[in-house]
Amino acid sequence: MNSSQIPKRTFDAVIVGGGGAGLRAALQLSQANLKVALISKVFPTRSHTVSAQGGITAALANVSDDNWHWHMYDTVKGSDYLGDQDAIEFMCRNAASAVYELEHMGLPFSRLENGKIYQRPFGGQSQNYGGEQAIRTCAAADRTGHALLHTLYQRNIAARTQFFDEFFALDLIRDDEGTVLGVVALEIETGEASLFEARATLLATGGACRIFRHSTNAHINTGDGLGMVLRAGLPLEDMEFWQFHPTGIPDVGSLISEGVRGEGGYLVNKDGEKFMQRYAPNALDLASRDVVARAIAQEIRAGRGCGEQGDYVHLKIEHLGADKIMARLPGIRELSMQFAGADPITDPIPVTPTAHYMMGGIPTNMHGQVVSPVRYGPEEPTPGLYAVGECACVSVHGANRLGGNSLLDLVVFGRAAGQHVLEYLRDNPFPRPLPQDQVDKARARLARWDKPKGTETVAGLRDEMQRIMQDHCSVYRNEALLKQGLAMLDKVQARLPDAALSDHSRMFNTARLEALELDNLMAISRATLVSALARTESRGAHTREDFPLRDDDRWLRHTLYFQGAGEHLDQLDYKPVRLKPLTVETFQPKERTY
Amino acid sequence: MRFRIYRYDPESGAAPRVQEYELDFDAKGKKVLDALIAIKDTLDETLSFRRSCREGVCGSDGVNVNGNNVLACVTPLEGLKQPIEIRPLPRLGVIRDLIVDMAQFYQHYRAVKPYLINLDPEPENERPQSPQQRAELDGLWECILCGCCTTSCPSFWWNPDKFLGPAALLQGYRFIADTRDQATDERLDFLEDPYRLFRCHGIMNCVEVCPKGLNPTAAIGKIKSLLVKRAL
Repeated sequence: MNSSQIPKRTFDAVIVGGGGAGLRAALQLSQANLKVALISKVFPTRSHTVSAQGGITAALANVSDDNWHWHMYDTVKGSDYLGDQDAIEFMCRNAASAVYELEHMGLPFSRLENGKIYQRPFGGQSQNYGGEQAIRTCAAADRTGHALLHTLYQRNIAARTQFFDEFFALDLIRDDEGTVLGVVALEIETGEASLFEARATLLATGGACRIFRHSTNAHINTGDGLGMVLRAGLPLEDMEFWQFHPTGIPDVGSLISEGVRGEGGYLVNKDGEKFMQRYAPNALDLASRDVVARAIAQEIRAGRGCGEQGDYVHLKIEHLGADKIMARLPGIRELSMQFAGADPITDPIPVTPTAHYMMGGIPTNMHGQVVSPVRYGPEEPTPGLYAVGECACVSVHGANRLGGNSLLDLVVFGRAAGQHVLEYLRDNPFPRPLPQDQVDKARARLARWDKPKGTETVAGLRDEMQRIMQDHCSVYRNEALLKQGLAMLDKVQARLPDAALSDHSRMFNTARLEALELDNLMAISRATLVSALARTESRGAHTREDFPLRDDDRWLRHTLYFQGAGEHLDQLDYKPVRLKPLTVETFQPKERTY
Repeated sequence: MRFRIYRYDPESGAAPRVQEYELDFDAKGKKVLDALIAIKDTLDETLSFRRSCREGVCGSDGVNVNGNNVLACVTPLEGLKQPIEIRPLPRLGVIRDLIVDMAQFYQHYRAVKPYLINLDPEPENERPQSPQQRAELDGLWECILCGCCTTSCPSFWWNPDKFLGPAALLQGYRFIADTRDQATDERLDFLEDPYRLFRCHGIMNCVEVCPKGLNPTAAIGKIKSLLVKRAL
């Protein structure tokens, strides 16, 4: 294999991923007249940001009294104190200006009578540090993600960003000194690999809930950036923390927004009981997502679930009336009718906790720089590499993300990272020599699937992996369950080399894409199980039945998972939580009740 | 269940063909996309199609099923006449199987300058907009760019390079209708053209097929009446 054969394209910066985070960062760079390539495995408006429903959180105080300090407190508390308080302050401080900026870009927010942006209550929001419910989530009906993604794409059209649609990133190019020099990517239509050389590479590849059998996520959410980072020798942070959204449609997985409860919807069990009053007497249905998900799981376990199998509960909104449902929740009504066969104007929506969001990811600082322990400290920046959005772990969400904070994360840190890339490029004006062996390695990943015959299929192994993760690493976990899951995953992973494709064509070979995605999913599943097994406490979304309490003495720290080789395949390290905010006083960990 | 699916392999040099599949599948509550995935996973890995959100919001999987342009992921299998015939969206070039070349479609979209144009200094907070003004955008901004409408339009079939098509025109009007936008005249100048806009003859296929229930014909009508008003 001769690497000189592979075409090379040179840019100032390359961005991998065309969702909200990638588009926001690209905009910052394009508007500064840099040469920026945005490569995305789907046309950008097919990215998963489009599925976000309820809104984007910012303390605009358009409806209730509010300020960013309260937003910050709620986010720290929601994270079960695992969030880094400097990054959380940065996000909440910049939230209002980020939302106004989106409005100026043209985002069609719903409006209040006085012409201001419409806001609705969401879970875990309070005034006065834990007091009355705050009304903080800015919305465009129940299609806020669609509005945000399309608006950002449209601004990038105006800024003439260079898009490489339907290009699949294979691997990072990283030299001996650890500097990242670009990516090797596959043009899906032609099946040809090419090298995107850039002095800065920004990953915005989104989440990976497709490791689970039931998930709210799009098919494309396979964590490709995370796989690339692990293969480049860098760690993943806090991979044991996955959010199970309380209200997904059973089996199908489609999300029913928290905005439904924000608008006044409530949960009932098969006896018609509003059971949240037993689990969160103050916040009721608007408690934090981990709390509500556990409550539903408990009801189902106790035999109070609805339906023949008793495996879901009901979400009721009939009392809101047809007018309000049509105006505020039209998309939810459509999804419910299409996938649950229930018109929420007259019938309850069946819902069950469903894998929704990855709190962990690629460790970064608040400038989006990818950080890892190298020599002098736990958070040394990797030159030339950035990560933003769900694929990154800043960490603003800690052990449990609050609703409405993910869209905010995308735009605040997309902008911040874009800004930092500008500075980095100014300080590093010249390209560095490309290590040929790295290019060849990436191409070998591709060539591996040319293997003519095998005893395993990609779809078969993926299905087994998803079942293992669903059964062994869901809402409730314990040592025996996790150990058994890891042993089973070992066996599935051992069979991966025996897998082969029956489609060896080049042009638009989606079977080969799914095979390449499976590499990433497997590595992420493994990181998740190993990290979850090691954390012997319950915090946020990570609930250990054998260790039901939070243990700040031992576990107020972030997990780092490295992918080694041979007997040392799984390596864990830890780093402290950044408890010191930028300017305000630390919110000290205390008992978390709603 | 029985399927007849359009196949085209660009590398084989062979002409497009229709392939039949017999799938053992419980269709209850399932959609066309579920069947396509089941065929790919269990019968024929080479069958190629686009998909992403699988819930009708990303617009990846527009296809023609039994003669109608639909999103595969929200079209129930139950009630479809068998064998279910699945073809790529009409009139666009086929890259492979059900995957069409959307370049022309996106070019028309970009041509209408689908972004807010407002040259005033940016205010400190949001630009105010009343709920009534904002309601003018409902039925416009929800477009998912799936291409079902444009590829069902005979005017587009005849002049795909010159007529912008319902999806692009809907987006053109979305910005004209936005009280925050200041480029109405410029937008109308561009659209006042015998082909770009006026090839629409109100056939309304677009309204019938739109999976989001939008009405491009009405939006096109509003553009036309604005042009008339401006001329008077």
